Amino acid sequence: MPGVIEGGGQISVVIGGLPIDIQSADRDFIGMLEKRYTGFVAEPAKAGIRLHVEVVAPMDDGEDDELEVRYTDGRWMMKRGDFHAQWNPASNLGCVRQAAYPYAIDAVMRIVHSLVLAKRGGFLVHSASAIRNGRAFLFSGVSGAGKTTISRLAPPDVTLLTDEISYVRRVGEGYRAYGTPFAGDLGRAGENISAPLAGLYLLVQGRHNRASRIEPADAVRRLLRNILFFADDASLVEQVFGTACEFVSRVPVYELTFQPDEKVWGLIE
Amino acid sequence: MSEKYIKPIRDIAARMMADEMVVMSVKDSRVFSLNVIASAIWSAADGFTPLREIVARKVVTEFEVDAEVAYQDALELVEELAQEGILLLADHPIGQESA
Repeated sequence: MPGVIEGGGQISVVIGGLPIDIQSADRDFIGMLEKRYTGFVAEPAKAGIRLHVEVVAPMDDGEDDELEVRYTDGRWMMKRGDFHAQWNPASNLGCVRQAAYPYAIDAVMRIVHSLVLAKRGGFLVHSASAIRNGRAFLFSGVSGAGKTTISRLAPPDVTLLTDEISYVRRVGEGYRAYGTPFAGDLGRAGENISAPLAGLYLLVQGRHNRASRIEPADAVRRLLRNILFFADDASLVEQVFGTACEFVSRVPVYELTFQPDEKVWGLIE
Repeated sequence: MSEKYIKPIRDIAARMMADEMVVMSVKDSRVFSLNVIASAIWSAADGFTPLREIVARKVVTEFEVDAEVAYQDALELVEELAQEGILLLADHPIGQESA
């Protein structure tokens, strides 16, 4: 694994306080990533996760192909139609083979973050998130549930962290939500800031606005449906389950029925 | 009538949330939530105590229900959970090695 690539480039993408350095001999590819992850780029870290990207001709299969993530011989092997990657969690080094577009490295970073977070009691979740009055809120649901809609309806005093994939870390006795560059239909990255989590809202579109607290068991079941977890690994699945239970015991969970109307934000205080 | 014995399989994670047990299969990530009576039966499923005794101690006494009705309901429940692949159900005690 080369340390510095002559004639190539390197950036460090920091999400949730975790830097991932990306190196490639293809300077144009690095330039593209600098634009895509604007706001989340920092000086390369001296230590931490480092991925070497080999840019190749477009592969036959696309990003819609089934993703495979498995742990073999001390390395996480990741494979999808449009990329092959591996990452060694002991050395923190990894490599990616992909074409010169950003979706593959985007997917690899999400997988690596989800693996790291699983070990640390956090998670990535299909969810919009935002900060209001110094407190963060998650708005979770599958595609079409209204994550982008509720993000678009946010009043000016609300700072969006993402409209698609939220980053949740355990901090002390609570949880904290961080901005991510992973955008949904809104088409723009979130703000690179964080705040303590004050609530999780499970989105349901309806004809009125109402927030109802839901029972812990139901909350765990519904939260688990939305947590991103890619690995076929029983011990990590068990850890994610434990994390979801811990989260629900510390953060209030509501079902938020809403109509596409900015008044719904009156319920989010 | 033969006794029935029950024990959760090994590859599950379970946690009590308020008064309901949430169970996750770590093999395929399916999640189940059990109501308060099902949770009481699940918690007592040690592989050695007959189901009828579990129902008598954990359901009939606690919830003041008819013993035979409670047993039949419990039998239906454990058969369903066994079909879902998260609970072992047998006509004999279930040892550690079987779970």
